[in-house]
Amino acid sequence: MAKVSMTVNGKAASGDVEGRTLLSSFLREELGLTGTHVGCDTSQCGACVVHVDGKAVKACTMLALEAEGTEVATIEGQAGADGSLNTIQQAFQDHHGLQCGFCTPGMVMSAAALLKDNPQPSEQEVRAYLEGNLCRCTGYHNIVKAIMAASGQDVSGIAAE
Amino acid sequence: MYEFEFETPATVAEAVAALAEEEAQALGGGQTLIPTLKQRLAMPSKLVSLAGIAEMKGVSIADGVLTIGGGATHADVAAEACPPLAALAAGIGDPAVRNRGTIGGSLANNDPAADYPAAMLALKSTIVTDRREIAGDDFFQGLFETALDEGEIITGVRCDIPEAAHYQKFDQPASRFALVGVFVAKYADGVRVGVTGASEEGAFRWREAEAALSASFAPDALEGLSLDAGSMMGDLHGSKDYRAHLVAVMTKRAVAAIS
Ligand SMILES: Cc1cc2nc3c(=O)[nH]c(=O)nc-3n(C[C@H](O)[C@H](O)[C@H](O)COP(=O)(O)OP(=O)(O)OC[C@H]3O[C@@H](n4cnc5c(N)ncnc54)[C@H](O)[C@@H]3O)c2cc1C
Ligand code: FES
Ligand code: FES
Repeated sequence: MAKVSMTVNGKAASGDVEGRTLLSSFLREELGLTGTHVGCDTSQCGACVVHVDGKAVKACTMLALEAEGTEVATIEGQAGADGSLNTIQQAFQDHHGLQCGFCTPGMVMSAAALLKDNPQPSEQEVRAYLEGNLCRCTGYHNIVKAIMAASGQDVSGIAAE
Repeated sequence: MYEFEFETPATVAEAVAALAEEEAQALGGGQTLIPTLKQRLAMPSKLVSLAGIAEMKGVSIADGVLTIGGGATHADVAAEACPPLAALAAGIGDPAVRNRGTIGGSLANNDPAADYPAAMLALKSTIVTDRREIAGDDFFQGLFETALDEGEIITGVRCDIPEAAHYQKFDQPASRFALVGVFVAKYADGVRVGVTGASEEGAFRWREAEAALSASFAPDALEGLSLDAGSMMGDLHGSKDYRAHLVAVMTKRAVAAIS
């Protein structure tokens, strides 16, 4: 076992982990942050996307020890302290960007990473960015719409409701 | 995954020393190795992470030469390399894979459908390791096989910047790897064509196309040229004949994109 320390959603977090402990396991099982979902565990689906030092990564494809000393952001840190949804989360609700919600934490974290680098993406850019985020329910249209809306763009002409 | 120890050296020298231990293995971005470990297809006693080695980072361009650290991520290359290689890197996998995966890891792995090998063959590359320099032409030695010795680390690559170049990738949409990818680079002294995703022997240079394009750099110059389908990969995504045909089509498109 080795000790690992990082900042998670602005708070110091540490624990004892094995070399093989995944960041996703550390977040979910050690810290109880089960909002980071594990859909495939094979690096394909993106349900586990979190930010490490501001960059979107698949938490199931990174070792906890690789995150030593980093700033990690998960879905739990997205809403305000009073539980109010952030702009992206609110847009997902307003535009019906989720059905079962399993993919949603990863979708929201990917969307946040995209909008940080590219505040006004085109529809094509949103779709390309979501290449590694799979959704079995929505057919993606309303997810794309929600992200475009969260970026402040007019979405009346985009995809069907 | 089987259990292993984990180490994060700060220099190449420390990493080489750590890798001298039996059953120790390098960890780049983990985007290939971690899935492999999960399937218990590898059993290292120790992983030596290269991510903390500052001297393996960075992308720079000087005097017509592009230099990329072996630990540069696909996202770093997409942001900082010359346009054709940046576009290739921007097309690898998805954003989260690009934020972790490294060029050193991709080249060491030499997946027959990986994108970088096609570029390294076309761009007159040199693969730099902790102990020597290997010409790109000598580096790739078949499926998942390279010229690297046990414990040898790719610390960087150098490429001659061409007059013009283009990478044409036919995506395999489920895996996001190349079903076939062709990198065409035009230099003053001739044209080079690197092909990935197609051959049972891994990435290769299509010499007949190079000769034809060096004589006349236009899509028409490729008319009548074909590859032997016998040596192509065939699987449920594409037959041998289909891949052989696709290489020619992708090459023409790459040339058309430049000329
Ligand atoms: C969903 C998904 C989609 C992908 N799509 C593509 C794609 O479209 N095109 C493509 O080309 N690739 C694709 N990949 C693979 C990706 O590019 C990997 O990042 C890359 O193959 C391995 O790089 P890495 O840094 O992650 O290496 P790791 O996974 O850490 O290591 C891979 C191997 O290389 C060795 N190694 C690592 N670094 C070095 C080094 N510097 N020197 C010597 N040996 C080293 C390791 O010991 C290991 O054997 C995809 C991966 C995933 C998960
Ligand atoms: S759970 Fe990590 S990519 Fe699917
Ligand atoms: S809402 Fe169910 S998987 Fe996306």
